[in-house]
Amino acid sequence: MQSANTVPYDAIVIGASAGGLDALGIFLPILDVRLPVPILIVQHISATSDSFIITYFDRLCKLKVKEAEEKEILKPGHVYFAPPDYHLLVESDKSISLSNEEKVNYSRPSIDVLFETASWAFGNRLIGIILTGANWDGAAGCELIRKSGGMVIVQDPKTASIARMPESVIERLNPDYVLPLKEIGHLINKIFFLTPTR
Amino acid sequence: MVIQELNSEILPNDPQIIEINLLFEGIFQRYGYDFRDYGKAHAKRRIMHRMAISGFSSISELQHMVLYDESFFHLLLQDLSINTTEMFRDPEFFLSIREQVIPVLKTYPFIKIWHAGCSTGEEVYSMAILLQEEGLLNRTQIYATDFNPNVLQKAKEAIYPVSQMKDYTRNYLKSGGKSSFSEYYNARYDSAILKKILKENIVFADHNLVTDSVFGEMNLVMCRNTLIYFNKQLQDKVVGLFRDSLVSGGFLCLGSKESISFSPHNIYFEPIVAKHKIFRMKY
Repeated sequence: MQSANTVPYDAIVIGASAGGLDALGIFLPILDVRLPVPILIVQHISATSDSFIITYFDRLCKLKVKEAEEKEILKPGHVYFAPPDYHLLVESDKSISLSNEEKVNYSRPSIDVLFETASWAFGNRLIGIILTGANWDGAAGCELIRKSGGMVIVQDPKTASIARMPESVIERLNPDYVLPLKEIGHLINKIFFLTPTR
Repeated sequence: MVIQELNSEILPNDPQIIEINLLFEGIFQRYGYDFRDYGKAHAKRRIMHRMAISGFSSISELQHMVLYDESFFHLLLQDLSINTTEMFRDPEFFLSIREQVIPVLKTYPFIKIWHAGCSTGEEVYSMAILLQEEGLLNRTQIYATDFNPNVLQKAKEAIYPVSQMKDYTRNYLKSGGKSSFSEYYNARYDSAILKKILKENIVFADHNLVTDSVFGEMNLVMCRNTLIYFNKQLQDKVVGLFRDSLVSGGFLCLGSKESISFSPHNIYFEPIVAKHKIFRMKY
């Protein structure tokens, strides 16, 4: 079904907590503007924060960055952030749902909620990435992505401002890649056959 | 006979989504609760959770229990009902009500408010406090509804953990509260019991937005963070229900991430405070 030159994945999900804004600031701008898949991000953030991170990252990135809206259909080359105080979920028709059900792993938005529902929607065509953070949110989600045949990438705990979150994934499974931030960015470009243009 | 080919694009390729569709059809036929047009990702998380703690290996297995054991169905009903709420949740929203909506309501001799999906009642009582401070409570009738009998019972009792009063006090002050929040409850042991005067003009009632009909002649309908659990068709139907329930010039208040712009009913409403999803029915 899949020919050699079609892309091997349909979406990327990213989870980040403490130290995540700096990490995303290094990682996201590396991604090529031609990235043919959507990226969904849960960054743990205060329930009352405003939309500054959207403005900030949209200016910083080549890709289009926006806050996820309910019922929105995912588009390639778009980066969707979970809104503060809402879980971000993916439906089987590749549209976005938001929910304000209770916190998971003390978090709303929760990385596990995104990873789990994205894994149901995309199966083995999903890449999950865990960056810096002080808890274990996302570890269960990574396990499901792996079980479904998707790819798991973890920021090298030695390079993370807080190692706990990447470590909690490594304790549960053997990630496909454990890399510093910049190398994760270059790896993603390579996976989607995007070589730097002159 | 013509055999029509099904469009494989619209068929779910996840067998569990098929099982959820069948489960919801079964629940509807057996108990009358209609989850068929709910978003599936959220529902699947809740169902998988119940499946895991009850030791079932598939949703179909759980479905058997749901259909034959009513008490088990009621467990699942609690799972599927979202009850995250707090007093003066999104204080800026309540501030907008105070500043933009109350002056209009003050011009009416009698006010009717429908709070749809009221859960355990925290927002209903927040509104009652606000109306009391604006001198409107004694000429207001509030109808507070939910499909979940358990949360309605809690809402009627109006007893909340005293540990939450600190957060609620902060919300209350940010929402433009004119008095002292502690005036509205009596603390006993670990509980805060809201004062009786707040309850006097509230009727709590069982009402299901999906299967039940309009509430007539409302001046304000409040329904925050319920529509996000519905698919587009059902959202549209419920917005239509609200439209039919409101008087001309009546207000519709939705959750901060909810929208009516997709809906054909959109043309009957104008935004009053767009950021806080306060709309008004056009005359």
